[in-house]
Amino acid sequence: MLKDITIGQFFPGDSAVHKMDARFKLCMTLLFIVMLFMGKHLYSLIFGIVFCVLALVLSKIPFRLIWKSIRVLLPILAVTAVLDIFLIDGGDTVFKWHFIEITSDGVKTALLMVIRILVLLAGTSLLTYTTSPIALTDAIERLLNPLKKIHVPVHAFAMMMTIALRFIPTLLEETDKIMTAQKARGASFSEGNLLQRARSLVPILVPLFVSAFRRAEELATAMECRCYRGDVGRTKMRQLKAAGRDYAAMAVTLILFGTALVVKIIF
Amino acid sequence: MAVIEVKDLTYRYGIGTPFEKTAVDHVQLTIPTGAYVGIIGHTGSGKSTLIQHLNGLLQPTEGTVMLDGKDIWADKAEMRQVRFRVGLVFQYPEYQIFEETVFRDIAFGPKNMGLSEDEIHARVKEIAGIVGISDDMLEHSPFLLSGGQKRRVAIAGVMAMRPEVLILDEPTAGLDPRGREEILCEIDLYRKKTGATILLVSHSMEDVARHAEHILVMNKGSVFCYDTVQRVFSRAGELQKIGLAVPQITRVCAALRQNGLAIDENIYTVEQAKEQLLKLLRQKGVNRGC
Repeated sequence: MLKDITIGQFFPGDSAVHKMDARFKLCMTLLFIVMLFMGKHLYSLIFGIVFCVLALVLSKIPFRLIWKSIRVLLPILAVTAVLDIFLIDGGDTVFKWHFIEITSDGVKTALLMVIRILVLLAGTSLLTYTTSPIALTDAIERLLNPLKKIHVPVHAFAMMMTIALRFIPTLLEETDKIMTAQKARGASFSEGNLLQRARSLVPILVPLFVSAFRRAEELATAMECRCYRGDVGRTKMRQLKAAGRDYAAMAVTLILFGTALVVKIIF
Repeated sequence: MAVIEVKDLTYRYGIGTPFEKTAVDHVQLTIPTGAYVGIIGHTGSGKSTLIQHLNGLLQPTEGTVMLDGKDIWADKAEMRQVRFRVGLVFQYPEYQIFEETVFRDIAFGPKNMGLSEDEIHARVKEIAGIVGISDDMLEHSPFLLSGGQKRRVAIAGVMAMRPEVLILDEPTAGLDPRGREEILCEIDLYRKKTGATILLVSHSMEDVARHAEHILVMNKGSVFCYDTVQRVFSRAGELQKIGLAVPQITRVCAALRQNGLAIDENIYTVEQAKEQLLKLLRQKGVNRGC
C-alpha cells in the first residue's frame, strides 16, 4: 500500500546528533560533501569517512536504516562503477582482451567513486534521519536570512516547504482512498499499453488535484482567519539555540575539513 | 439463499511491525439475497474494513468470502466481475468524481464493464431517474453541482453498474436531514427496481431503524450481534454498554413507559410512535367520555 512509503525519513531519537541545532547540522553536512569531493587521492577520502562514522555512531541510528536508503541506489552505483572501469584510460593496463582494456586509473576512479557515493549517501541520509522536516526548514530559513536584504522571500519559501512536507502523508492517504474507490468501479491501473495506462491515471489525478486545491484553499482561509501575514513581526515557538555540543561538533568538522584541505594541497 | 457468506474472516495489518493490529477478528456472516442490512458500530470497530473484503478490495488474512457460494479469491482474473456485482460506495464518494460531464462520470463503471454504447446510455438514464438527476443536469460539469447533488452523482456511478449487492459506507454523512432522507429513499427505490441486496453502514440509528430489516453490530473487530431490527434494539442495555444507542424515539418511548404510559415496547421510528400515541389519546378520550 502507498501508506507504507516513508518520506522525509525522520527517525525520532534522543541521541546527541538528534539534539543538535539543525543549522549546524546543515552546515556540517555541506562541509562534509565538499570534503568528500575535494581531493582526487584516496587519502583525502579518509576525513569524510571519519566524519561519517563518527556521526553515525553518535546518532545511534541502526545501521539497517542507513542500508535501506543506500540499497535503493546500488544498481546505479554498479552501473557507474562498470562505466568508470571500462571507459577511463590511463596508467598501467591491468587486463586486455580484444578491444576491452582495463587500466589502473579506471579501477582507481571506480573505487573512489563508489566509496564516495556510499559515504555521501550514508552521511546525508543521517541528516534527514536525525532532523525533523520542520526543524530542517526552520534551519534553512534562518541560514538564508541574509538574503532577505536583497528581497528574496525566504520566509515564504520556508513556509511553502513546511506545508508541502506536512501534506505529503495526507495526499498519499488521499491517493490510496481514490484508487480503491475507482477500483471499486472497475478501473484497472496495470492493464493495456503505455497510452492506456497513462489514461487510466486520469480518474486518480483529477480528483486528487481537485482535493489538493480544495485543501489549499481551506488552509489559506484558516491561516488568514488567524491573521497570518508572512514573517512581519512573527516570532517562533521553537527557538533554535546553539549549545556547547554544536560548537564542539563544528570544531571537529572544521579540523577534519582543514586537514583534508592541507592533504589536497600536498598531494 | 445467501448471496454473501463470510467464513471466519480475520484481517490483520502491519504484520511484523510494532503497529500490527487485528481490524477484523473471526467474523462469520451470512447475508440472504435481497436483504437490507444496516451495519452499525464505532469508528474503528472494523465496519469499513469488513465491507472492503466483500468486493475483494482487501484480501483476508484468514478465512473466506463467498459470493453465491464461490470463493471470490479462487480466481483472481474474475475479481473485476466481483466488483461489478458487489458495488461499493465509499464515504464522501463525491471526491472520486473526475469526468467532464455528469453523464460521463456515471458511465465510467458501465464503460469499464465493456457494455455497448446503447446499454450504457439506457443505464445512465435509468439510474439518473432513480436518484433524481434531471436530463439537462447530465450534460453539466459535476464540479459545479451542490454537495448533495455531487453525492447523488457518485452513488449513481456505482448503481449504474447495476450491482446485485450494493454496499454504502455512510452515504448520508454531512448532509442535512432532508438530503439524508432523500438519498435513503433513492436507495430504497433502487432496491425495489432491481431486487438488490443492500448493506448500509451508518452512524445514525434512526436511519438504520427506518430503512434496514436486519442490523449487524460490530464492536472491536467482531460481530457483536446480527439480528432483525426489533431484536437488536430490544437489547438497548447491552448496546449502551458498548457505547452505542438505540434511536432517540425508542428512548423517549421507554421513558414514557416508565412514567406509566401504556406504550408499545418495539418503537423505532417517529411514525410508529405517532401512531401509538394517537391511539392512546383516542382511548383516553373514550374513557373520559367526551
